[in-house]
Amino acid sequence: MNSKENPSTPINILLVEDNPGEARLALEALKESRLKNKLYIMEDGEEALFFLYKKGKYADAPTPDLILLDLNLPKKNGLEVLSIIKHDTRLKQIPVIILSISSAEEDISKAYNLYANCFITKPIDLDKFTEVIKTIEDFWLSTVKLPPENNEKI
Amino acid sequence: MKTELKPIDILLVEDNPGDARLAKEALKDSKLKNNLFIVNDGEEAMKFLKKENPYEDVTRPDLILLDLNLPKKDGREVLKEIKTDENLKRIPVVILTMSKAEEDIFQTYNLHANCFITKPIDLDQFIKVVQSIENFWLTIVKLPNGAK
Repeated sequence: MNSKENPSTPINILLVEDNPGEARLALEALKESRLKNKLYIMEDGEEALFFLYKKGKYADAPTPDLILLDLNLPKKNGLEVLSIIKHDTRLKQIPVIILSISSAEEDISKAYNLYANCFITKPIDLDKFTEVIKTIEDFWLSTVKLPPENNEKI
Repeated sequence: MKTELKPIDILLVEDNPGDARLAKEALKDSKLKNNLFIVNDGEEAMKFLKKENPYEDVTRPDLILLDLNLPKKDGREVLKEIKTDENLKRIPVVILTMSKAEEDIFQTYNLHANCFITKPIDLDQFIKVVQSIENFWLTIVKLPNGAK
């Protein structure tokens, strides 16, 4: 049920996460996926935007199919990054999953109001964290249809 | 988790009674208490969400499952109204449609659909998809509370 016409095209995922341990765990969890995917990890909000706008060393970076975004990030916080993505006609169709240690109702409400596609509180337990990444992968890469890649055609 | 204490209200906007019935059966087996409200066209959906007659006493849903091809008011129009309404826009909208047209997928994400799912034609697969939505949106995701 994958939206990609060509199953050999990997799904590009951008993970914006400043905690190297969690980034590593996400990478491990996604490596075991049935679906070919490529994970790009950016450690702060500014770097994430450089990647999305293909600035500097990211000139050849792909536009990601899915974004996993932490909220508490150095330089530019997650809500700011979210707001920029969801106001940009070239980026706003990319699903953004908020993955944060926060479970504050205010953060949840703010993120949805800024059109986050969903909000997930990171479990502190590492095994549970891996499970959550796998569930995200399973739902978003095999049940959901992601936006088409060549949206210029549409 | 607060979700275990009070039931999750789900609004299903679906004009096919067979699909509505199947979704209901699939959600009945859920580990999480939920109330499913079903409306059959886009106009009814907006009345429900805006608590207009005869829906003055309903609660705002926590999650919306929205078909695209609907009588009276099209699903795309319903989506657009929800996502531009300050009181409604934070409610997650899952598009659940027969369509797998790239244009529909792209357009609905641009209108801030929370996710797009093509309904499988096979009935068992359809039930599995509803259960997968339930598992992801009711147990993994934190739903906004402010919509109430």
